[in-house]
Amino acid sequence: MNTSVEIAGVSFKNPVMTASGTFGSGMEYAEFADLNRLGAVITKGVANVPWPGNPTPRVVETYGGMLNAIGLQNPGVDVMIERDLPYLQQFDTGVIVNVCGKSVEDYIEVVEKLSDQPVDLLEINVSCPNVKEGAIAFGQKADALYNITEQLKKHAKQPIIMKLSPNVTDIAEMAKAAEAAGADAISLINTITGMKIDIDKRRFALANKTGGLSGPAIKPVAVRMVYQAAQAVKIPIIGMGGIATAEDAIEFILAGATAVAVGMMNFHDPYATMSVIEGIEKYMQMQHVEDIRELIGAVHD
Amino acid sequence: MAKKKKTQAKVLSQRMLADGICDLWLETSLAEHVNPGQFIGVYPANASALLPRPISICRVNEGRNALRLVYRIVGKGTAEFALYQPGEYLSVLGILGNGFPMEKAAGRKVMLMGGGIGVPPLLELAAQLKRLPEGQKPSQISIVMGYRDAQTFLKEEFEENGALYIATEDGSVGSRGNVLDAVRENHVEADVIYACGPMPMLRAIKKYAQDNRIQAYISLEERMACGVGACLGCVCKTVHEDAHSHVNNTRICTDGPVFNAEDVDI
Repeated sequence: MNTSVEIAGVSFKNPVMTASGTFGSGMEYAEFADLNRLGAVITKGVANVPWPGNPTPRVVETYGGMLNAIGLQNPGVDVMIERDLPYLQQFDTGVIVNVCGKSVEDYIEVVEKLSDQPVDLLEINVSCPNVKEGAIAFGQKADALYNITEQLKKHAKQPIIMKLSPNVTDIAEMAKAAEAAGADAISLINTITGMKIDIDKRRFALANKTGGLSGPAIKPVAVRMVYQAAQAVKIPIIGMGGIATAEDAIEFILAGATAVAVGMMNFHDPYATMSVIEGIEKYMQMQHVEDIRELIGAVHD
Repeated sequence: MAKKKKTQAKVLSQRMLADGICDLWLETSLAEHVNPGQFIGVYPANASALLPRPISICRVNEGRNALRLVYRIVGKGTAEFALYQPGEYLSVLGILGNGFPMEKAAGRKVMLMGGGIGVPPLLELAAQLKRLPEGQKPSQISIVMGYRDAQTFLKEEFEENGALYIATEDGSVGSRGNVLDAVRENHVEADVIYACGPMPMLRAIKKYAQDNRIQAYISLEERMACGVGACLGCVCKTVHEDAHSHVNNTRICTDGPVFNAEDVDI
């Protein structure tokens, strides 16, 4: 049975990854999950300099999910290079670094600093809904997405994955813009902008007022968008959004994802990635699937 | 430190201690290595509520592999926990957080200050401080607890572990007002304070400790998601750059919940 998949010439032992921001840089979950079994760790977003993030409360639970407005707090790329990447190197897993910035120059500085580092792929975060400058400003208009993708392709040594926002009218158009500008892959979806109000205190539940919705509540939206993107482009897709089980992961793969990432559900079950990996293998046995690649995009018109 | 895990815990007993305050004993292997002030995450079974609820550990019985949680019903998760009967199982994540630094107590006068639902974790601290060996134990244990009214839960158990002073908001028991009113009224002296309670109380204690040159270790609370230091949801501002985050933010779930009051900007 083959569970390995390939994205931009990089091979991953299985399609199961961790969604950026939900798994730190792997260290915090190594007590629970065997990182050696993961297809890849996608790190928390990292900028050129440390970012303090937003005021608290930054997180609040919602029905079947949660809202977060962390605001991309991160220690900066230098700390990632000194501390987090050597840590991840100990494990037999793919390493995908999520990159964020406030300006194109910020993103370029990060990808250049990572150019000689043990990083398989770069995931470019142009879809965080919780920071005012940069990030999502590049991810909600097709021409802005095209421009930043094109610029980063000139500077990045590793292949780049553009992480797309679901907070757009036409996801296919965004996927096409990324592909046309030379993106090696796309990942989707980032969180969906939402709000919760505390009716006892008559206040916004998050200090940032709005936050990004994640968790099983958003899964049908994510599956639909992965499907639409898969119909629109030929580059590989990493699918994410509320994946809790192997069944969820297989839905994304059948919709057109080459790989999948477990996000918010790590918080519910720190072993979730392990059971998704096991469950995919079991499904393949039951369904007599020899090669997982047979499943990618197998459901379509 | 013991490896963290998510596991099943068997309910041994549950009763109401006061209005909306539940007293739950769980049997779990997590009871092996617990520092007072550490906490566990408790998961609702209701699949619409996915995040673990951080609840501090009130007592530990290592011999029986048992943990006691005294918690307030504040939402749908804790309302669900209150329905559990002996023999039923809850999913728990732990052990989480650092706990109170008991080594600071050696030979010194300590004061344990708790307010509201911050009271319970100080009971295990009082019990462990009391049984420290000579040379490590404090010279005096004073306990100052603040409640809303005459429902002074855990009072008798605190009395077994030190001199107890009570403050109530309505003045029905002990000093009227807050824990600092009780400290002033009773002239309670201390070299070290261990405190847990609502933020206004902790701010006042931080100031009191600074004014009186007392070391204070305070246990903080914040909305949490993962509980293990990954999501960066539950941060607190720090005075100096934090060693992990490289910004002036520290993670309450992993670097805390107990901090030297001097180090946090509250």
